[in-house]
Amino acid sequence: MEVTHSSKAMLTMATQIRRDILRMVHAVNSGHPGGSLGCADYFTALFFHFMKHNASHFSMNGNGEDVFFLSNGHISPVYYSALARVGYFPVSELATFRKLNTRLQGHPATHEHLPGIRVATGSLGQGLSVAAGLALQKKMDKDSHTVWVQTGDGELQEGQIWEAVMFASHQKLDNMIVAVDFNQKQIDGSTGEIMGLTEWKSKFLAFNWEVLEMDGNHWDDIMRVVPQAQSKLGAGKPIVIIMKTEMGQGVDFMMGTHAWHGKAPNDEQLEKALAQLSETEHSDY
Amino acid sequence: MKSYEILGQKDTRSGFGAGLLEAGKQNQNVIALCADLTGSLMMDAFKAEFPDRFIQAGIAEANMMSASAGLAIGGKIPFAGTFANFATGRVYDQIRQGIAYSHKNVKICASHAGLTLGEDGATHQILEDIGLMKMLPGMVVINPCDYNQTKAATIAIAKYDGPCYLRFGRPKWPVFISEDTPFVIGKALMLNEGTDVSIFATGHMVWLAIEAGHALAEKGIHAEIINIHTIKPLDREAILASVRKTGCVVSAEEHQMNGGLGDSIAQLLSRELPTPMEFVAVNDSFGESGTPDQLLKKYGLTAEAIFSAALNAVARKK
Repeated sequence: MEVTHSSKAMLTMATQIRRDILRMVHAVNSGHPGGSLGCADYFTALFFHFMKHNASHFSMNGNGEDVFFLSNGHISPVYYSALARVGYFPVSELATFRKLNTRLQGHPATHEHLPGIRVATGSLGQGLSVAAGLALQKKMDKDSHTVWVQTGDGELQEGQIWEAVMFASHQKLDNMIVAVDFNQKQIDGSTGEIMGLTEWKSKFLAFNWEVLEMDGNHWDDIMRVVPQAQSKLGAGKPIVIIMKTEMGQGVDFMMGTHAWHGKAPNDEQLEKALAQLSETEHSDY
Repeated sequence: MKSYEILGQKDTRSGFGAGLLEAGKQNQNVIALCADLTGSLMMDAFKAEFPDRFIQAGIAEANMMSASAGLAIGGKIPFAGTFANFATGRVYDQIRQGIAYSHKNVKICASHAGLTLGEDGATHQILEDIGLMKMLPGMVVINPCDYNQTKAATIAIAKYDGPCYLRFGRPKWPVFISEDTPFVIGKALMLNEGTDVSIFATGHMVWLAIEAGHALAEKGIHAEIINIHTIKPLDREAILASVRKTGCVVSAEEHQMNGGLGDSIAQLLSRELPTPMEFVAVNDSFGESGTPDQLLKKYGLTAEAIFSAALNAVARKK
């Protein structure tokens, strides 16, 4: 695979975000490293490349800029790290994750006014509807910017998701790009074991969505598929990317298992994990 | 006892519909969503006047509530309407997370609340909604008493920046609040000054409290009747001032006793001014099918019940 200079810089940022994730969850012995690690590449691409947003001057209403919603709010570590690293709030604040009086609540929330967050998520199935509402507002007000959303694949078991999928299709929300984190794992095991309908493409197609598939841990594939998705904006259909990722990506002993969905590494495991993610010029918080 | 002229018989949901139309004319950011009950919620006039600002959400209330939060983020003032049962219990978590905790400017508009929904029966007669909503931090909870007050309340909440729950109903009911009576969120409305007992009523029960007030006057008991249209934030000052004067209390509401207006008043009084208190409310029971009048009678929500409760309260005074 050919790696351009700019993509090298991006991969370095993704590595830094992974280091942040591990150190954040380790520091409080809680949080969700698995899905966070899996999505670090996509978050890097989104926040540092694709999204047209104003990180230094956060505005709650998101008028005149791209907006992102994390529907599966439990992977807040990757979200917080990306937001901090791109400039929404000081990187040093990552050290307060999940601690008393923090703005970085266990799941994303607006209550403490953390720049970058527009609604509380984590109660699964709701963020997609919120995003659809904002996408509709942008259409009503002729704001041509994009609403980006991520959901988990386990989250697709929530009934409300399909209410939103139907609504977005009916309202022709063609200004919304949803990525489904298709890591095929959830807390209790594999998605296939828990709720066996795990082929999503045909279902979204049946709801009249534009469907793309992507390897979310392959930089070139992200750079190829996301622009394809963007090229479908404005064509009358909401867009979904089924984004295959590996839970725990980047740390060998966290991959291939659902065990690290919501478990933090101990001291020894952290050291071992960080050794696989070499330090970057961005420095740890 | 002050007399109130009955200006007409109208449903409070029609007051909502009229208020929504007016709020829409006053502010172009006001939009409306409905979950397949546009006619029942009297939202047709708004829809006809502002077709581009009306969103049919289908029979998908959870999505409607969360999408309303999204619309509010972008600057809209969404009025999301459905039956009270589906506007609260069915979507409690959506309201809790996306609207209350996230402090979004969404107006939850709940029709057909309480027993007076009538024949549809207990599945649709929610009697717990005030309790559910008032427990949410930051939620404003309003239960107006007639057509005019519901219209005024609807216009008022459009001007308030924050989450609101507006509860109204189906039956034709006496209109007695004048059109020009100002509606101030959180400010109780004095209907009759009295010295012997404070009757705090909300929603449809306010008219019945006035009827009870006349019957009490015939017995020489001067009831102070106060309309608590805003259950949260509660007008503590108005309640305490009245109770200091009268020394006993009756609350009246078309809701469960647990979690309703009476609960809020009792909590206030127990801390600030312990006072004998009687409750006119549904007592830990579901409703059933029947006409509104039959149901109110069977479940003890009548002027006679308020009258008896007032006598009991007065008798308990030391």
